[in-house]
Amino acid sequence: MNPLENVENPASGTEYFATQRTPKNYLTEGGHTLKSWLLTADHKRIGLLYLYSILFYFTIAAIAAALMRMELITPEGDMVTSETYNKLFTVHGTLMVWFFLIPSIPAVLGNFVLPMMLGARDVAFPKLNLLSWYLFNGGGLLALYSLVVGGVDTGWTFYTPYSSTYSNSHVIAMAAGIFIAGFGTILTGLNFIITTHKLRAPGMTWFRMPLFIWSLYSTSVIMILATPVLAMTLALMAIERLWGVGVFDPKLGGDPILFQHLFWFYSHPAVYIMILPGMGVVSEVITCFSRKPIFGYHFIAFSSVAIAVLGFMVWGHHMFTSGQSIYAGLVFSFLSYMVAVPSAIKVFNWTLTLYRGSISFNTPMIYILGFIGLFTIGGLTGLFLAAVGLDVHVQDTYFIVAHFHYIMVGGMVTAFMAGLHYWWPKITGRMYPEKLGQLAALTMFLGFNLTFFPQFILGYLGMPRRYHAYAPEFQIYNVMSSAGASILAVGYLLPLIYFIWSLKHGKKAAANPWNATGLEWQTPSPPPKHNFAETPVVDGPPYQYSAEEA
Amino acid sequence: MNFPLFPPEASQIARQTDHLLVALVLFSAFTLLVVFAPMIYFLFKYRRGKKADRRPVHLPETVIEVTWTIIPAIVFTGLFAWGANVYWAIERPPADAMEISVVGKQWMWKMEHPEGNREIDELHVPIGRNIKLTLASQDVIHSFFLPAFRVKQDVVPGRYSTLWFKADKLGTFHLFCSEYCGTHHSAMIGSLIVLTPDEYQKWLMHGAPGPTMAQEGEGLYRSYGCSGCHVRSTVVRAPPLEGLYGRPVPLQSGQIVTADEGYLRDSILLPAKDLVAGYTNAMPSFQGHLSEDDLLKLIAYIKSISDTTPTQETEEAK
Repeated sequence: MNPLENVENPASGTEYFATQRTPKNYLTEGGHTLKSWLLTADHKRIGLLYLYSILFYFTIAAIAAALMRMELITPEGDMVTSETYNKLFTVHGTLMVWFFLIPSIPAVLGNFVLPMMLGARDVAFPKLNLLSWYLFNGGGLLALYSLVVGGVDTGWTFYTPYSSTYSNSHVIAMAAGIFIAGFGTILTGLNFIITTHKLRAPGMTWFRMPLFIWSLYSTSVIMILATPVLAMTLALMAIERLWGVGVFDPKLGGDPILFQHLFWFYSHPAVYIMILPGMGVVSEVITCFSRKPIFGYHFIAFSSVAIAVLGFMVWGHHMFTSGQSIYAGLVFSFLSYMVAVPSAIKVFNWTLTLYRGSISFNTPMIYILGFIGLFTIGGLTGLFLAAVGLDVHVQDTYFIVAHFHYIMVGGMVTAFMAGLHYWWPKITGRMYPEKLGQLAALTMFLGFNLTFFPQFILGYLGMPRRYHAYAPEFQIYNVMSSAGASILAVGYLLPLIYFIWSLKHGKKAAANPWNATGLEWQTPSPPPKHNFAETPVVDGPPYQYSAEEA
Repeated sequence: MNFPLFPPEASQIARQTDHLLVALVLFSAFTLLVVFAPMIYFLFKYRRGKKADRRPVHLPETVIEVTWTIIPAIVFTGLFAWGANVYWAIERPPADAMEISVVGKQWMWKMEHPEGNREIDELHVPIGRNIKLTLASQDVIHSFFLPAFRVKQDVVPGRYSTLWFKADKLGTFHLFCSEYCGTHHSAMIGSLIVLTPDEYQKWLMHGAPGPTMAQEGEGLYRSYGCSGCHVRSTVVRAPPLEGLYGRPVPLQSGQIVTADEGYLRDSILLPAKDLVAGYTNAMPSFQGHLSEDDLLKLIAYIKSISDTTPTQETEEAK
């Protein structure tokens, strides 16, 4: 039952520390110079490069959100101008979606642990991996350029003909930034798929892979198939804007609804890029902290694949009120209900995994329990939106805003925090302070609910999204939401502070502080440059935990 | 302090939508209970350090998995059907509806009643009548949203959309633009004012209407030279427009389409798109020459002659 027995070199972790005072690891091997980081091909260093980058973009996007919530405390648009407000929600949406959420778990945690979980020395194409990061930040710099020179006011959805003809802001620079960053995403997906196919350790069959790998694999398929559609769509929009070639603007003979079909054909699957990896983290953490094998391994694995496939068939549910045919509306409504089934299956399986477990409430586990609660509320309100007759009323209101924040922030960001805490000892070789971690997780949960739950009610009352000023009867819920946002901000700042503190003052982490089964724990913390002194051999299924022994 | 949960309910569809919402809220509460009651129980019972029976048990995995796959699928299909039912009522305007034209542009709503009354950011309607709005946009996409009626329709440039409702409450209700349309999006708001039929008649008269929309359309019909071709003449170059609206039209391509507002709009702006069988494409495009207002007036005129028949001469020439 001890997973260490599955590894050819069981002592590699502990003995390493015992025999060497300053064991070489990926942070020391290869040097400390800036150049050694900027030209690294090590998946672990690249994962950290991504971590720093997305934190930078997250900070800008979060400041934009804070300013919006401040503006919305009063019904009058009195703090910033309409123009500024529109630019704020555009910055918030574009940076959060493309420069934080999409790379968050895949490019940071996925990059760091995927090769180790498979027992590989690196991803299949390490240099391509580095190129992904440069493309990502090349795109990011262009996006930042568009902000510095005046901003963009189209919203993250870039609906035509507003974006292609009417907007007087820096649409092209922003679109080009997203276009370029998209190639980074495609290459990451390609790298993960090939790594999973070709670099699994001996004995690591498909159904012995951790569920995090299944979720990243499904995510990668979406990245490769959907992202090119976004690139084409933005390119067509830019061509219309730059040279007046009529594609989307009816004045030039185009069709604005065509843009929406193309945009959501990418952006709906992209929603699953922003949640599937989070679901993978849940399966890793919930098994480890309840000391139980996962219940329904195959069903969870295939539900990831089912979500990836069905996710491509529901884009029309973003367009129930756009004037698409009534029959298209009905078909998309039905398919949207069906894509909810595999998500429901996952929640049920996680719940039953806890049965007869030995449950400890470490920080990652608290985040994961928060995830299940918030994701379930997000998923259930998705059923409200899939009910096409009800969607007509709540489409483009705060109900939508609340729903997708429950999925993306309540789901993905919570799972990202869970994963970051879970693998923090592996990444840094240091433990974070447990009590503070638990406190931050609870703060985030409370702050999140206070911020976004009132928005469901606001939306049903009829407050449209992207409103700089609003009718006075909406004020009370806006005040609650803004109050919640300030608590949420504390929840974000706390981990930032104690993570940095832990780098120097945190307790030294053992190779496997959680006593977890994944291969990434069978190597020292932090791992050596090439992960394993000897390639591990796998001879059993994942998650061989025993609640009785715990 | 006031914590409203529902906007005013001013139509039957608003009530239907609210019933669906309440059903979904109850369903969600039930689901949360089914998932979280056992979860919280497990978290308490099996927390580390507490004595509990933790021996591994073999649960019938496949049976459990199939059960919790099929039950949600069936329930979801039921919810789909309910939502579809409400949608069906929202999307299909009754035939006897009173028609009003609406043009959205950055950042205002222009309403035009068939009687010729015009208003901006306000719409007066009588209670108890089916009202059908024909929505056009002069520039970008807008969305016509009446929260008290639970209806919303995007107003897309280059095409007409429709939205219908039947008010059963008097009063003044919000009108919002709900599709982001640029700088003053949140100022593109107005009111829907529901009046008794008598008050509505009074309001119509008080507005000192000039010519009706159809009369104004007739004027445009002449000034743009449409009458030069679409008229009983010896050399017929264009199909007659009398009695055209609402009837089937055979096209050059062999298709048969109904002459609705959308068809008329396309035929004026893109004459080559739906060429009528037996005619050549002699008509110039009026794209860019006509405002959405004028286009709606022209169509109102063509609709007003839908009960007349073409003269003998044109019939023969055909």
